Amino acid sequence: MDKFSKRKYIIIGFFLAIGAIFGIRLFYLQVINKTYKQFATNNVLRRVVTYPARGLMYDRNMTLLVYNKAAYDLQAIPREIKPFDTLALCNIVQIDRAELREALRKAKAYSRFKPSPIVRQIPPEVYAPLQEKLYKFPGFYVQARTVRDYPQKIAAQVLGYVGEVTQSNIDKDSYYKSGDYIGVSGLEKAYEKDLRGIKGINYYMVDVHNRIKGKYNNSQIDTAAVLGRNIITTLDAKLQAYAELLMQNKKGAVVAIEPQTGEVLTMVSVPTYDPNMLVGRRGKEFAALMADTLKPLYNRAITAAYPPGSTFKPINALIALQEGTINEYTSFSCSGTASTPIRCTHYHETPVSLRTGIRESCNPYFWNTFRSIIQKYPKAEQGFEVWRHHVMSFGLGQKISPEFTSGESAGNVPETSYFNRFFGKGRWNALTVRSLAIGQGELLVTPFQLANYVSAIANRGYYIEPHLVRAVQNDSMQFVEKHYQKKYTSIKSEYYNAIIDGMQAVVEETGNRATAFLDSITICGKTGTVQNPHGADHSVFIAFAPKYNPKIAIAVYIENGVWGARYAAPIASLLIEKYLTDSISPRRQPLEQRMIDANLLNPLQPK
Amino acid sequence: MAKRNNVWANVDWVSITLFLILMLIGWINIYSAVYNEEHRNILDMGQRYGKQAIWIVAAIVIAASVIMTDSRFFVTFAYPIYAFTILLLISVLFFGADVKGARAWFQIGSFTLQPSEFTKLATSLALAKYISNYNFRIQNFRSLVSIGFIILVPVLLIFLQNDTGSALVFGVFLLVLYREGLNGIVLFFSLLTAIVFVLTLVLRPFATIIILGAASFIAHYLIRQRFKETGTGILIAAGTYGLFYLLNLILGNPMKPMHILLITVFISFIVFYISIFRKRLRNLYLILGIFAGSVLFTMSVDYVFTAIMEPHQQARIEELLGIRSDPLGVGYNVNQSKIAIGSGGFFGKGFLDGTQTKFDFVPEQSTDFIFCTVGEEWGFLGSMFVIGLFLALLIRLVNLAERQRSTFSRVYGYSVACILFFHLAINIGMTIGLAPVIGIPLPFFSYGGSSLWSFTLLLFIFLRLDASRFEQLSF
Repeated sequence: MDKFSKRKYIIIGFFLAIGAIFGIRLFYLQVINKTYKQFATNNVLRRVVTYPARGLMYDRNMTLLVYNKAAYDLQAIPREIKPFDTLALCNIVQIDRAELREALRKAKAYSRFKPSPIVRQIPPEVYAPLQEKLYKFPGFYVQARTVRDYPQKIAAQVLGYVGEVTQSNIDKDSYYKSGDYIGVSGLEKAYEKDLRGIKGINYYMVDVHNRIKGKYNNSQIDTAAVLGRNIITTLDAKLQAYAELLMQNKKGAVVAIEPQTGEVLTMVSVPTYDPNMLVGRRGKEFAALMADTLKPLYNRAITAAYPPGSTFKPINALIALQEGTINEYTSFSCSGTASTPIRCTHYHETPVSLRTGIRESCNPYFWNTFRSIIQKYPKAEQGFEVWRHHVMSFGLGQKISPEFTSGESAGNVPETSYFNRFFGKGRWNALTVRSLAIGQGELLVTPFQLANYVSAIANRGYYIEPHLVRAVQNDSMQFVEKHYQKKYTSIKSEYYNAIIDGMQAVVEETGNRATAFLDSITICGKTGTVQNPHGADHSVFIAFAPKYNPKIAIAVYIENGVWGARYAAPIASLLIEKYLTDSISPRRQPLEQRMIDANLLNPLQPK
Repeated sequence: MAKRNNVWANVDWVSITLFLILMLIGWINIYSAVYNEEHRNILDMGQRYGKQAIWIVAAIVIAASVIMTDSRFFVTFAYPIYAFTILLLISVLFFGADVKGARAWFQIGSFTLQPSEFTKLATSLALAKYISNYNFRIQNFRSLVSIGFIILVPVLLIFLQNDTGSALVFGVFLLVLYREGLNGIVLFFSLLTAIVFVLTLVLRPFATIIILGAASFIAHYLIRQRFKETGTGILIAAGTYGLFYLLNLILGNPMKPMHILLITVFISFIVFYISIFRKRLRNLYLILGIFAGSVLFTMSVDYVFTAIMEPHQQARIEELLGIRSDPLGVGYNVNQSKIAIGSGGFFGKGFLDGTQTKFDFVPEQSTDFIFCTVGEEWGFLGSMFVIGLFLALLIRLVNLAERQRSTFSRVYGYSVACILFFHLAINIGMTIGLAPVIGIPLPFFSYGGSSLWSFTLLLFIFLRLDASRFEQLSF
């Protein structure tokens, strides 16, 4: 109508332009860009985890070794806390005010809307009065969880303990989240994946204040918690407890294995501790155990590598028999203490046969045996390699546990390269490395390897991988037996009898008469006295019984126990008697008492 | 009786339908935004959606009353209505209730009233009345001063109430004046000034100058249609910047990037000026001039802002522009709003299935940020549908305004369309991060009686005027 009426198109165009800009922007925000959807999910989604009960552990006779008991975490939501009687709360939960103040400060720093733990793992006896008074403390809540309990108080290092995950655990396995628990050592660690079960995760929607508003996605992506699997161990709780009694106030280890199955009946490391000390509110006890110079947390049975001493001699004889450098009638002369290059520490007839050599642990006999193996080949290096190969076939110098992934020591069987480096290539021979003839020098074995090696002798040429767990539950909670490999030694079965006869003689014909407790059961054994440059010699004894169809193979290693016959042999024999007859004959009870009373940790007590 | 029937027959039912649909969709979205499991009834009077139902019914009553009022009433009483609202604006400064730092509300019992909502309407009426005057000539200086007076008095009073958002709405009258013959240059420069001002403070001067440069090159290309020429220009500018950048690097960074940019602008300006002068391309002087002016404006805004203003004044302006608007961190509101809308996707999450708005992640989700619920639950489709409805209403209103015989009705009609447009543009722009966070409601959508009624009045006065467009109105 008027001359500016055309301007309506410019104005409409302007409206449409803004509309188009909004359209493009909305298309970008809603259709092209996906990050906003992710942000939105992060905004509303909260994972709430339900923790399943950890699997239980039984001994071979289904005696309960580890179970779970209830414990409670006191949590607080800072926003909801109103002024309260701090002293009263401190008295109920038994903490001091500084601890409470610090915990509340941390909780506030973490979140004002989310719950933070204030006191962890409150035992039921403290929980009961707390529950009654909780209404006086608004903003405080109790979260139930479970903690480990050990009714038998035995096998602390074998069972291991559970602790909060570390950052490196979380980095390695995304299953774990901060605040979760994980097996830190022993079987708890080795069977972590079976024992832990599977956490259940429920997804909830929350509002801006983190208040739960409902289930997410109708629970379609929620997962239910799966109970931890129970485990039957191979331990014999009674024998374990008895071994720990005999080993009290001593330093060392005992390992007993059932030769036919490779099942570990007993594994003791002393000094030990009550496993219940590491449960619940960990604090002073854990620090004390960590600081203890006797290292009670350390499982000597698998981690301590000691020289085997004379207990190694049967291997040298077996190798020589296999290599044909001696036979069961071969004799060597012994000049007693005047023998070279290694003197004999015992007094016996000469020349000595194989049987007598073992019985008397005659150093010259085994030097000659060892030399014969090394010198069978043109070069010492070649002979040594053959010898080493045979030694390794007994499971020495390597990790043998199919279960423990860490914490087990491989011991040491020196390599050719080691001597080449040490002496120079071609500049060493049997004489140079003669200590190996009597189980000294660079050789190191763990008590676990020692027991396994005895088990191979008892089986006349093979062992089953030594293990601590017999069966684990499957998904339907049925126990399923685990299978372990059978490993043959490189020595033919027929050569063992001569050695075993010698080991029988050790028990029956020497001063070790005390170990032969029953005429009906034949024990075969070998003592060892390991030179210790740091103090009194170590006392070692290996044995198996009965001679035919053996039921138990055992290794006892006692640090600073002086002679093999003094502590190690009697303790081994008592354990064999206890295991095979379920009691100690009255004749041997004074011996038993003497072993229990012996205190090798007290420096004032005469050895 | 015959006359009344005549009014209902002549009233524009398209606009009324659009109005009703928008109001209904708004109500449904308010229900969803503040939905409460324990109060599922949409008519629950304890909840906002229940209250909104009352406001809607009242709005319809108001609309019907307006339609049944004699259209001459609004023409006759345009100035008295204007004077009355100015009086209200003054008295609210003394007797108003303090809500969130703004003294913009009368509180009578539980009932609250915001006079600034009705001031838009009164100012539109007064403006229409003044422009429809026989003596009015837009080129006339006295007329312009009078118009400025009519608009600026309420703006000033609303500023004093600390309600800057509502005050800025009055800027949209420029668009109305443009339709009535105001020189387009004024509109262009006003727009440019506003954009450069906001850009300078929001994006900082460096980015602003680069945007201005890019815009100038685009304008150059649109005018000249020669790619080679524009390309050479861009190369000269970029090359100069690169050269000084390297030089700065070699000399061990004595200059800030801003200095290099200004040197580049200066050198390019001289080069382009000489080339334009040689080729005698007169219309390119305009681009160059506007560009140079804008750069100077940017620099002076920045200088005034950073060097002259006190920190609390800076904070005030930053708050106004939504740069620093909330205690939870810069841009929290806008970010949450974008998350809510962005998470809606193409089809949306579905009615009542939105999580971001319902669980309070988005602030003010039933009032200023109501569009978030649309975006989240109805997706791109729903958002475009709502924007489409608004645009349809706006275009309808412009067309209705154009068919008026009287200047009064036309000016008022444009005022209505432009006010609604401003609210739409700023409100939705703010939720998707394209406009500063100015707390102004989305017409017919946002929760609240005052805003719904004032928009209803605003719209229906025009529809009433339109219904009697065949009568002789101007006298």
